[in-house]
Amino acid sequence: MDLFDIVGPIMVGPSSSHTAGAVRMGYVAGKLLGEPICEAEILLYGSFLATGEGHGTKKALVAGLLGMQPDDYQIADSFEIAAQRGITVVFGEAHLEDAHPNTAVIRLTGVGEKYTEVQVSSIGGSRISIDKIDGINTGFSGECPTLIVHNIDQPGCIVAVTSMLAKKNVNIATMQVYRSAKGEQAVMVVECDQPVSEDGIQWLEQVEGVLKVTYFAGIGA
Amino acid sequence: MAAEYHSLGELVQLAKAQEKSVWEIVQLADMEDGERTAEQSFAKMHEMYQAMWQADQDYDGKRRSASKRAGGDGQKLEQYNAVGKNICGSFIGKVMEKAIKMGESNACMRRIVAAPTAGSCGVLPAVLLSFAEDFSVTEEMLVQALYVAAGIGKVIAENASLAGASGGCQAEIGSASAMAAGALVSLQGGDAEAIMHGAALALKNMLGLVCDPVAGLVEVPCIKRNSYGAVNAVTSAQLAMAGIRSAIDPDEVIDSMRRIGNQLPACLKETSEGGLATTESAKYYQVQENLTICEKQENNSRTI
Repeated sequence: MDLFDIVGPIMVGPSSSHTAGAVRMGYVAGKLLGEPICEAEILLYGSFLATGEGHGTKKALVAGLLGMQPDDYQIADSFEIAAQRGITVVFGEAHLEDAHPNTAVIRLTGVGEKYTEVQVSSIGGSRISIDKIDGINTGFSGECPTLIVHNIDQPGCIVAVTSMLAKKNVNIATMQVYRSAKGEQAVMVVECDQPVSEDGIQWLEQVEGVLKVTYFAGIGA
Repeated sequence: MAAEYHSLGELVQLAKAQEKSVWEIVQLADMEDGERTAEQSFAKMHEMYQAMWQADQDYDGKRRSASKRAGGDGQKLEQYNAVGKNICGSFIGKVMEKAIKMGESNACMRRIVAAPTAGSCGVLPAVLLSFAEDFSVTEEMLVQALYVAAGIGKVIAENASLAGASGGCQAEIGSASAMAAGALVSLQGGDAEAIMHGAALALKNMLGLVCDPVAGLVEVPCIKRNSYGAVNAVTSAQLAMAGIRSAIDPDEVIDSMRRIGNQLPACLKETSEGGLATTESAKYYQVQENLTICEKQENNSRTI
């Protein structure tokens, strides 16, 4: 646990989980899309849905999508700024089961037609957990550089990822592997101690069996 | 790991064994965990102090929160103190005032330092900034005191909780109060033992405090409670400096907070489903936009 999560972070109030955490949630979703946003649909669940208004949760989520950090004074004006940038934002209710009480499902469409759906929750302090990306369970914090690899479940994919990282001198902090069914689609979520370079990612994208590579450089990166 | 600590007891032991201050142990541990140099770590903590100071400066009594119901009380207290009606002495008068101001700034979406949370952000700065105004102290010493606070908070986070949703308000204002008490003892030159007992006394006297936020906002009773947390810290620091010790071991006080938190019903842990949150007054405490004209007129004569 970082000392500066105890005294700190410097943030715009009123709530670590419902404001600062919400900004980070929007930020991660925007980064995962990987291109400027033109449409955002934000579905709220649980406590976020119930108390979002008073905590500025909606404004905070949009502020994060716009690339703001939790201490930005412009968080309160995020709706206006989004409108100025031509981004349409729609809010709704998420119908989930057993999700964390501070969860949002964020669906983003980019200017280049990219689309992503991210389920992310605010778990306390201003920490977040990215629970699902495009329907696949993930479960990482976004605090450090994270590689998400979608691949066909077959031998060789894991070693391709780990050997690339070893070659680039990147240490693996945590690694989770999931698959939908044997031989079907699989996902690897690798949290790293160091950033992963662009050419490392491009190399991975060419590996046989790898379907998609998403890289998140880390909150504050 | 030369400075690894996971309990208040270990912090005391390390400080004694290495003949260092508590703040130095906390900094050493941060250097190891955060992979920072002493200078980088200090600079970061200094940034936190400066942000607290700035937030206090930026207070504006005319600001209101999104609910329109919070704001202006810090100014009332400031004016009361300024005309000589304060009977609590300059220091405590300032502590009360600064705590409420910071709580209001938080509710009004201003920039604050979560310490340990946004809801309890008024406690620690109120104590430190007031001390800085009334007593002779360098900014360096104040940053060192912040390290002490952070170390205490880290122990509480690891062994219990800092979140109202899991531990009730004893975990937020209670923890902030313990952090501020420890910081205040260290500022007055108290040793490691006195620091930990100051923290324990502060937390002990907030055990059982529930989280029943009215209308789900961080306003009632949160804002004013920062004042109580801050004054509680001053009380605890004074007792500790006078040589008074907690009859219950400090780490056991933290563990008691954890167990009590687990035993609190969910309706009293940040769900707004019990206590103050389910009173008649709470029903009137709504976002102004939702009120009808009749209710607005009725509300003008009510006070929370």
